[in-house]
Amino acid sequence: MKTLVWVEHDGSSVKDATLAAVTAASKLGEVHLLVAGSGVDAVAKEAAQIAGVGKVHVADNAAFGHNLPENVAPLIADLMGSHDAFLAPATTTGKNIAPRVAALLDVMQISEILSVEGPKTFTRPIYAGNAIATVESSDAKLVLTVRGTAFDKAATSGGSGAIEAVGGGSDAGISSFVGAEIAKQDRPELTSAKVIVSGGRALGSSEKYQEVIVPLADKLGAALGASRAAVDAGYVPNDYQVGQTGKIVAPEVYFAIGISGAIQHLAGMKDSKTIVAINKDEDAPIFQVADFGLVADLFSAVPDLTAKI
Amino acid sequence: MKILVPVKRVLDYNVKPRVKSDGTGVDLANVKMSMNPFDEIGIEEAIRLKEKGVATEVVAISVGPAKAQETLRTALAMGADRAILVQTDDDVEPLALAKIFKAIADAEAPGLVILGKQAIDGDNNQTGQMLAALTGWAQGTFASAVNVEGDHVSVTREVDGGLETVKLKLPAIVTTDLRLNEPRYASLPNIMKAKSKPLDTKTPADYGVDTAPRVKTVKVSEPPVRSAGVKVADVDELVAKLKAMGVHS
Repeated sequence: MKTLVWVEHDGSSVKDATLAAVTAASKLGEVHLLVAGSGVDAVAKEAAQIAGVGKVHVADNAAFGHNLPENVAPLIADLMGSHDAFLAPATTTGKNIAPRVAALLDVMQISEILSVEGPKTFTRPIYAGNAIATVESSDAKLVLTVRGTAFDKAATSGGSGAIEAVGGGSDAGISSFVGAEIAKQDRPELTSAKVIVSGGRALGSSEKYQEVIVPLADKLGAALGASRAAVDAGYVPNDYQVGQTGKIVAPEVYFAIGISGAIQHLAGMKDSKTIVAINKDEDAPIFQVADFGLVADLFSAVPDLTAKI
Repeated sequence: MKILVPVKRVLDYNVKPRVKSDGTGVDLANVKMSMNPFDEIGIEEAIRLKEKGVATEVVAISVGPAKAQETLRTALAMGADRAILVQTDDDVEPLALAKIFKAIADAEAPGLVILGKQAIDGDNNQTGQMLAALTGWAQGTFASAVNVEGDHVSVTREVDGGLETVKLKLPAIVTTDLRLNEPRYASLPNIMKAKSKPLDTKTPADYGVDTAPRVKTVKVSEPPVRSAGVKVADVDELVAKLKAMGVHS
């Protein structure tokens, strides 16, 4: 089987989520990559180094500059003439593009696969991860999105993919990119961080989040997260949100501080290797999944922990 | 401008899903069903656009069993003008849904179709994007702000790491994210009024769409259970445990 993997990049380097999709693709067959964008030579060279990669298709065209699905999906649908499966990381970019490709190919997409069970059989979460479905496609071609935390990352070196330019592509003329507000952080990204410190509603304010959560994260070089309740209360921006409606994470260590552990939050972090919970309420559901639970007032315990760790 | 808003009847978001013991799916017998929360946001956004004078009519659509009428009545009580029930007892996949919505869009010629970004049962997150592909229209997914400006709509999208704004030519497809708005509750008088608003009943065959599934569910199982670990007595013990694992500054 020949697979085509969407390379997610920021214009200068390959994003980590791509590497999990490469691993998933390698379980299906030959791995080809697609680097689409404007001025993406450096990305293509980096992508060619990824272990196990056969070919790197490079579509360099101003129309592909901002991943606009109206322009990119027809390109991918064309390339699928000579590939059997299209895989994209289940990021907001992948989720935006892949279903548009699937419909152009008249294929039912399988979203957020967790494992490859056979050439057309996969597992995926439904009901916010409260159930796992094993599903089998009957379509001639596959379109899949891949949950990044469910697959190991392919090595970023050792590969020697052949770079091949893809011609064509044009601006469909129905959409344009206006601008982006991407929070600049000197921290690891939530979805690829080894350690995450998350705060919940119990913090009570944005100031307390800054005062209590941020120093611990700083000390551990951790990414910052939050529960939906904390986001809804306005303590932090939405892109901090971990959970069913936010980001799905699986770091080595996840600190849940002042987070009760609603189903919706657990759905986003329960695959973390080690979960540490600090909460005043000893009956909080978070303790049912925590490896280390500390029943304590977070306003004294967390600064103490920050000082001693 | 007309706005179409598909809505799905799903297990209420407050109910914990239980996997059936025979592994065929999630038990939906005798549990509370409600409108998919993301679709509720879609209805609210359409009504707000009507209140602003941007939209002239809001049409709610549901593909589902006879009981999906209740979901449509909720949409009508919130303020939608009329509804279309495409009645089927089959579990219709996103691709077939998109084909049905495409046929309805061809007939209704809306300026916008606003869909939830995903339904909280299947979590597919596909239908809006697929409808955009089939109609050839532009798509603004995971919207946190929607502004119609002349013959364009500007959509602010929730993306990894922040926000992104795109400008789309109308007609266009929008899918909602949670922060787009807070849906209103239907008032009692509006619930009464909704009972007399028009609701058409159709079938997928009326639109020439084959709803036979492309993806077979082999089995549905419980996720692996994570067991509780230990409670530590104090911060010092926690620090010791963490250091033993190599977690320190």
